[in-house]
Amino acid sequence: MGITKPIVIEKETAVVDGVDISGAWNRMFEQRVIWDYDLRHMEKVTALEGGESLGWCYQCAKCIAVCPVDIVGDYGPRKIFRKLQTGMDLLESSDLWLCTTCMNCLRVCPKEVNMVEIMPAAREQAILDGKAIPDELQKAFDNISKYGNPQGESARKRADWVKDAGVPVNILPTTKKPVDVLWYVGSYPSYHGRGKDAAKAMARILAALGIDFGILAHEEKEDGDSVRLAGEKGLFEMLAEENIKVFNKYRFKKLVVTGPHEYNAFKHEYPKLGGEYDVLHYTQFLAGHLEQLKPLLRKRVSARVTFHDPCYLGRHNGEYVAPRNLLKAIPGIDVVEMFRCKENGYCCGGGGGGMWLDSFSRDFTSERLSERRVREAVEVGADILAVCCPYEVSRFEDAVKSTGHDGKLVVRDILELIDDSMRM
Amino acid sequence: MKILVPMKQVPDLVEELEIDSSGKRLNRDFLKFKLNEFDEHALEEALLLKEQHGGEVVVVTLDMAEADNLLFTAIAKGADKIFKIPGNCDEGIDCHSAAQMFATAAKSIGFDLILTGVQAADDRDGQVGMLLAAFLGLPHVSVVTGLSLEGASAIVHKEYAGGVMAEFEVVLPAVFGIQAARHTPRYAPVSKVRQAWKTSKIETVDGGTVPASNGSVVNRMFKPESGKRAELIEGSPDDVAGKIVDLLKSRGLL
Repeated sequence: MGITKPIVIEKETAVVDGVDISGAWNRMFEQRVIWDYDLRHMEKVTALEGGESLGWCYQCAKCIAVCPVDIVGDYGPRKIFRKLQTGMDLLESSDLWLCTTCMNCLRVCPKEVNMVEIMPAAREQAILDGKAIPDELQKAFDNISKYGNPQGESARKRADWVKDAGVPVNILPTTKKPVDVLWYVGSYPSYHGRGKDAAKAMARILAALGIDFGILAHEEKEDGDSVRLAGEKGLFEMLAEENIKVFNKYRFKKLVVTGPHEYNAFKHEYPKLGGEYDVLHYTQFLAGHLEQLKPLLRKRVSARVTFHDPCYLGRHNGEYVAPRNLLKAIPGIDVVEMFRCKENGYCCGGGGGGMWLDSFSRDFTSERLSERRVREAVEVGADILAVCCPYEVSRFEDAVKSTGHDGKLVVRDILELIDDSMRM
Repeated sequence: MKILVPMKQVPDLVEELEIDSSGKRLNRDFLKFKLNEFDEHALEEALLLKEQHGGEVVVVTLDMAEADNLLFTAIAKGADKIFKIPGNCDEGIDCHSAAQMFATAAKSIGFDLILTGVQAADDRDGQVGMLLAAFLGLPHVSVVTGLSLEGASAIVHKEYAGGVMAEFEVVLPAVFGIQAARHTPRYAPVSKVRQAWKTSKIETVDGGTVPASNGSVVNRMFKPESGKRAELIEGSPDDVAGKIVDLLKSRGLL
């Protein structure tokens, strides 16, 4: 079936209310119903496991108002549906790689069109079909599968940050000792310069609280949630199997993670593969120790602070309170909210593989999502943009510089702010 | 059209390279290996030719480190057959011996065209392709950046220093050293690689015997030593930029 042409209605003579409107300009197109379109490309997506709900869209466009990508570009679930009706092949389109799976569209969608499932399914199909993958993303896939981290660093260097932490850190593969808390550090806190600052702060906070914790060092691998959402499901499964095998070697009561993406993976995805853990994001774990923590927070951090809700802690997992409680416990901090916050928090652009797609999406957006977000933080007069996702420090620090706010806005992980306040 | 792609692994620079106590070779205790990236381009070009003209792509490699994974990854990308030349090469192998083994294997596998990477990050003398062609008595073009087939011939583009290009018409069979494929080498989805581990079979092919001392001999291996003529420019970015401009002007380059 080719794309059917719309039926043209054009009357030779037409008189409406006594006015003669004869001529080519009375031409109208007959209304079309959905099956008048060539639905091959639509059906290619809706036939995929996870892709079904795209077909439920009834074009109300509520998603467009909240889509973080549409705010800086021309993209959104409703638009994808329409483009699929009119001949776009999603698997070949740049639209395939723009979604950050932030889930704000699903929050408002009356039809429950779930892009968080549709996009990974379509991307997976494109990857399996051998379609071109954006270079930067392919490099991340390669690095993660070869080295267990997107940076392409040696596994042996994963715990190098420990020597500068200033407190002893229990390396489980060496001590093999049972612990209360297994802290999954994550790739960015292990390798990224600014991520390591948060890791060191976390180690000092846990030590100050007297928590019995350990880390996996070189045995820890990327969790894989973002590669799953970017369409590399096979790689995700391989990482999950390997991580589960390592987790099962050690005895611990709680699994505490630095990043919301890891939290999402361990809470919702690893159980499907046999790995069930009592998992907490660090903000939840520390908020649970708030009474012990408060007396340690002695130094005032006098600043106006705004908090960026990570999509995978907030919308995906409903945690808005713990990070705010931690911030409010730091003496001197004045917390202000941005216009888009909590359930409607704006996306930093790093989710769903976006972390490795900046060089691709720049051709389709007027500015980075992180740049837009930095402007929002500046608008509310914040001195500090507080974050609790390891993707965000580097994204927002770059954005602070590229939007010309260097020196005016500082990006800090909540861990760093707590650590600052603990030092007299 | 049967395209044979010999592939090699090279030390992975993700780990610090250390020189062993003999001072002549790398300490291989913690050495990791990865596929030579130029060989990845050779495979990509072979797969693109197959997609255009039909035929089959056959990959052959030496028995070391991650050889099996390398071969199954090639299958996941679209190769048809995979061969391993037995004989442990974990201690490293010079390119003369590698070329000899590939030549022996190539004769028994059969081929219409052989594509190698232009060079590898181990010896960096870029000789495997040339030696292979010599051992097989075939024409060879190196530093190939473009390749198309016309009947029984191939039209190849060779890159020379200074931005000069040449186009050759070469009667097949022949050996080409690929500098860059037309596209970025394709990605092998992990699920396809794992599938290949389960369903594909690695065939073995004899590489014959090679003399113990072959090719070049390493007298001394050492890390780059800082020279005396280098001048380090220090200061703020603006100062440094200013000094570079002055320097370029003083040398008459600006």
